Amino acid sequence: MDLSFNIQGGDFTSAGTASSQVRRTLKELGVDASVIKRVVVALYEAEVNIVAHACHGTITAQINPERVFLQLVDEGPGIPDIEKAMTPGFSTASQEVREMGFGAGMGLPNICRNADVFNIHSVPGKGTTVEITIQIK
Amino acid sequence: MDQQMKPFHHALSIRREVCTGCSRCIRVCPTEALRVKDGKATLHPEWCIDCGECFNVCPVRAIVVEDDDIAQIFSYKHRILLVPSIFFAQFEEKLTLDAIKGILYDMGFTELCTVEQGADLLVDEINHYIEDFEDEKPVISSYCPAVVRLIQVRFPSFSHRIMRLIPPLEITAQYYRNEYQKNGVPLDEVGIFYVTPCAAKIAAIKAPVGGYTSPINGVINMSELYNKVFLAYKQKGTSEHEHCTLTHSSLSSIGIRWSTTGGEAVNIRGRALAIDSMPNVIDFLERLENEEIKGVDFLELRACDMSCCGGILVQDNRFLIRERIEKSAEELPLKHMLDQEFKNVCSGHIPMDPVEPRAMIKYHSDLTIALQRMEESRRLRLMLPGIDCGACGAPSCEALADDIVCDRATPDHCVILHAHRAGSEMLEKIWGKKHFNKE
Repeated sequence: MDLSFNIQGGDFTSAGTASSQVRRTLKELGVDASVIKRVVVALYEAEVNIVAHACHGTITAQINPERVFLQLVDEGPGIPDIEKAMTPGFSTASQEVREMGFGAGMGLPNICRNADVFNIHSVPGKGTTVEITIQIK
Repeated sequence: MDQQMKPFHHALSIRREVCTGCSRCIRVCPTEALRVKDGKATLHPEWCIDCGECFNVCPVRAIVVEDDDIAQIFSYKHRILLVPSIFFAQFEEKLTLDAIKGILYDMGFTELCTVEQGADLLVDEINHYIEDFEDEKPVISSYCPAVVRLIQVRFPSFSHRIMRLIPPLEITAQYYRNEYQKNGVPLDEVGIFYVTPCAAKIAAIKAPVGGYTSPINGVINMSELYNKVFLAYKQKGTSEHEHCTLTHSSLSSIGIRWSTTGGEAVNIRGRALAIDSMPNVIDFLERLENEEIKGVDFLELRACDMSCCGGILVQDNRFLIRERIEKSAEELPLKHMLDQEFKNVCSGHIPMDPVEPRAMIKYHSDLTIALQRMEESRRLRLMLPGIDCGACGAPSCEALADDIVCDRATPDHCVILHAHRAGSEMLEKIWGKKHFNKE
């Protein structure tokens, strides 16, 4: 089962559409709720990253009886220092944004925590690719 | 697990001889449990949650509520009627509370008790429950049985969030049974009856969740009782009965509001939301599943618009009923006369077992087969016209596609596709070419 979505940067109204559709699909398939929860948390976080930082991106979700594989490819500013970005609490958000309750620097660490396999490649000035695998069994 | 295997008890049924197969009901069912077959609406018993959306839209009253005959009250020496405040609020102001009570005594009831007396002691219990709840919040109220069943079937992963405290109705029923027992009355002489505003409460009393057995002996249809009271009033005027026992109908302002929207949530110390009507409840639970909602401690969810004021067996306009309840509430004290007695008698009997999930299996319990069926269903959806006409007997083209892959229907069920293949030009004129050429 393959699903794909186009994500537009800055379109917060539609942010969450992909994770919502993937959740619905997994639920209809009868996948265990704890697995679905991890997929939704990781995907929602990654989806919002595209909306908040990139120009646009595509999300593909492949579901087979063993695992869910998510690939998020965006065209955007890229991440100059991935290691730093993966540190819990590190954030590029301004003080203002943080005071609003966003940009706590938990995005990527949270995705990583919920994934069984997590890969990230980024070219500054071009874009970022995130790959998340979550085992069903 | 044992409980999960038992079939659902349903309080709604379809009178096949009356049903015209008009298909209105299949479109409003929140679990898509209805199909038209052989000209009649048929129900998938594992999916029905007794919410009554179908009852509301049936134009020929083919959907009926299976209540208990009022005559059966006479099998008991003591005949106690538990009356929700909604019942009294249905009548216009000129028919006074005392007049209604008199008429009910004339009918043979020996004691009238207001249902919401049991609500007051729940306030502290719920707040403690929320504070002590170790799992992820929000805690979901156990008040509305249609919502409880909706969660079991459509949101099974939230089943454990349903608070394990019995609703006010059951607390009140326990209290009065206990009172009779305490006074040495043999329990087989005590009949406890409840006037219900909906079908879901009947199902919940006959087959409760949470490993609980209800002490209620019979359930009386509110709409039927309304007619009987109104008729008696029209024919005989008010009754001469004067032995209204005030303490048993005394209510607090908290209690009388409990069954209205927000009546429960307003008493919660943390962040609580009150949501009514089935589409709103489903939408909110889906958002919760999407992880979009954070920091809410408690959800009061009610299946009917305006909560019990909009119950399917309630007469008169739900907004007027709400207004009458509000008006009465303003004159009531914060505590009712039996408040302390209720605490003494019932406090230990409020907890119940967790509510078991009963997930609907959409495609197959084996994931490999489920995936194959889902993929096949999505291919079929591209072929089907997507106008959800219901002529196939299913509520939507998506539902038909799922029925086909699960061998419950065939592609021939789609009459639109049939007509298009047979060369009907009118279809493309109305719906355009792309409805029939999506691949």
